[in-house]
Amino acid sequence: MTTTSSAPASAASQTTGDGPVLSARNLVKHFPVRSKGLIKRRIGDVHAVCDVSLDLYPGETLGLVGESGCGKSTTARLLLNLIPVTSGSVFYQQRDLTTMTRSQLRPIRRDLQIVFQDPFASLDPRMTVSEIIAEPLRIHGLYANGGRQMVRDLLRTVGLNPEHANRYPHEFSGGQRQRIGVARALALRPKVMILDEPVSALDVSIQAGVLNLLEDLQRELNLAYLFVSHDLSVVRHIAGRVAVMYLGRIVEVAPTEQLFTQAAHPYTQALISAIPLPDPRKERSRQRILLTGDVPSPVNPPSGCRFRTRCPKFANQLSETERQRCVEEVPALVDRGEGHPTACHYAEARRLL
Amino acid sequence: MTSHTSDPTAPTMVPEQVRPDDPEVLLEVEDLTVGFPTEDGLVQAVRGVSYQLRRGEALGIVGESGSGKSVSTLAVMGLLPKSARISGSAKVAGVEVLGLNDARMSQIRGNKIAMIFQDPLTSLNPVFTVGFQIAEAVQAHNDVSDEEAHKRAVELLDLVGIPFPEQRVHSYPHELSGGMRQRVVIAIAMANNPDVIIADEPTTALDVTVQAQVLEGLELARKETGAAMVLITHDLGVIAGHVDRVVVMYAGKLVESGTVDEIFYTPRMPYTIGLLGSLPRMDAAREARLSPILGTPPSLVNLPPGCPFAPRCPMAEQICREEEPALLPVDGGPHTAACHFTERLRGAKPGDLFRASYLDTQAVEAVAELEDQS
Repeated sequence: MTTTSSAPASAASQTTGDGPVLSARNLVKHFPVRSKGLIKRRIGDVHAVCDVSLDLYPGETLGLVGESGCGKSTTARLLLNLIPVTSGSVFYQQRDLTTMTRSQLRPIRRDLQIVFQDPFASLDPRMTVSEIIAEPLRIHGLYANGGRQMVRDLLRTVGLNPEHANRYPHEFSGGQRQRIGVARALALRPKVMILDEPVSALDVSIQAGVLNLLEDLQRELNLAYLFVSHDLSVVRHIAGRVAVMYLGRIVEVAPTEQLFTQAAHPYTQALISAIPLPDPRKERSRQRILLTGDVPSPVNPPSGCRFRTRCPKFANQLSETERQRCVEEVPALVDRGEGHPTACHYAEARRLL
Repeated sequence: MTSHTSDPTAPTMVPEQVRPDDPEVLLEVEDLTVGFPTEDGLVQAVRGVSYQLRRGEALGIVGESGSGKSVSTLAVMGLLPKSARISGSAKVAGVEVLGLNDARMSQIRGNKIAMIFQDPLTSLNPVFTVGFQIAEAVQAHNDVSDEEAHKRAVELLDLVGIPFPEQRVHSYPHELSGGMRQRVVIAIAMANNPDVIIADEPTTALDVTVQAQVLEGLELARKETGAAMVLITHDLGVIAGHVDRVVVMYAGKLVESGTVDEIFYTPRMPYTIGLLGSLPRMDAAREARLSPILGTPPSLVNLPPGCPFAPRCPMAEQICREEEPALLPVDGGPHTAACHFTERLRGAKPGDLFRASYLDTQAVEAVAELEDQS
């Protein structure tokens, strides 16, 4: 992974002296595909994440969006070294997490926490809420010193009644359970929170409460969020910067406002135009960029630009010679005069909303 | 059809009075109630729902999980388990379908009224080709040869926008992507030119770019067959773009009904207003805070008296806890809403009603109190 020199998804202009709190360089993750039968030979690789670099700054929310199977959740897990990388590195406090052992990682895990998508699967049904939230404190030897009070405070922080600490997860609704997950992640006062589709399983009226909670916590505790989601309207609401992924690669990174007003990559444009607006008049008068076909298999991704098989620009606007470039050359994630990095040879900003 | 009217006190209003034999009314549901007996008591999943659907019209049913939106349509399709207690009336093109035996219902189901489910992988049979399954639907109601049915299958696949239909017709469901599978299900639903298509969360399992394709396929299907459509979804964005009228369900009842513009621009029921306010919007200022609805929907076993939304409602008063409001016309109708204070809600914005807070404690306590009382 030394060949491509893609620009990291950083916002050099907005840094205020501080460096990124967490940064990833050229992350690659391949999952083996094995043959059927008794002897399982390796017959190929799922190219889940390819050459992803990103920086997360203190107190900011970076949105990571894409459709299912684009590698956004894998990226989130790679950042925490929950699954080993194929190549690449993740830096936290000048140390490369990917080369560290489990015991070396443990003290660092205090600072890096994750909230999972499904609040029904991520909480142990046989533990009470207070045990769930106390568990990280116990593991890190912090419970003896006023742990009970800390659990009560945490419950209050996430908007739950401390008197319910002795209940079990099944006694709570989806939104409340997700709050318990957030409380558990907060218990060790982390600096970075990876939020992997934290509101996707919730009804909208409940989702709004959890989003507000996350915003308030960030302001009070100066947390850095990596917000992984497939829902662009949620990401637009909560994130300061957005990285768009397609088939394992980041195709565009921009400050949120810029991404939604001047999307330059054809995939981002299609994604934005596909989102239904809850406004009948606007919706009736809207023009959609319809993509044809489906996401290609990550086992055998297209050469060159991975989006070219579905790209409306490739199909309708480019000449034969221009297309050649899309087929042969992987577009690097660099600023092409649109004010933010885009991985498209023929990037062109468009206003879609 | 054993009548188990669970809530005789709550009158159900028919939004628009139409002559009962109006041939343009394709689906007429009146005072439909569905209950499921459980060990804890009767779960009142649907509590007196009435609506009408005319030829060529698209009706959206919105509501959170557990609000009874799916159950009410499954009752119409005759797909509920035997243990369900159903009462009321549902007429498809003038024919009463509640209480029909299975043989009679099979003649109507798939022919006059068809349904599209959320998950295409479970609604298709994995061991038959998609072509066979479409042809099966055609032959179930028409006396045609295998060859003709196959031809029709190819035609239908082409119609819903599947590329290379002559080849795809021989594919098995697992060989197709999620979006294509759902289009096959749409093709099956429209195979017999039904009068009514019910689509229950047809795009919830799909990505947005694929969702756009499938919705396009659904529009084409409607145009081709001239069918009326019931679109059930929790996604208000999908509703906004694809239906003419909307009904909002909460705790098994309709709480608001109107044209799509009335519901989105001048809602008159706090729940609808709250729902719109809790949505992060692509077209609003980013800094705007969301205003969530605090608390959770009530349990449908032993519902307390009064408005079911009262424990979560910021403007609830004593009367709301005592008397359940009926679905009454506002501003002379046909827009209807079920709230004691519809008059006060003229021009109300979500931010006026709901605090942009995250604290759930109060609501939790309120619900706990209610639980203790009951």
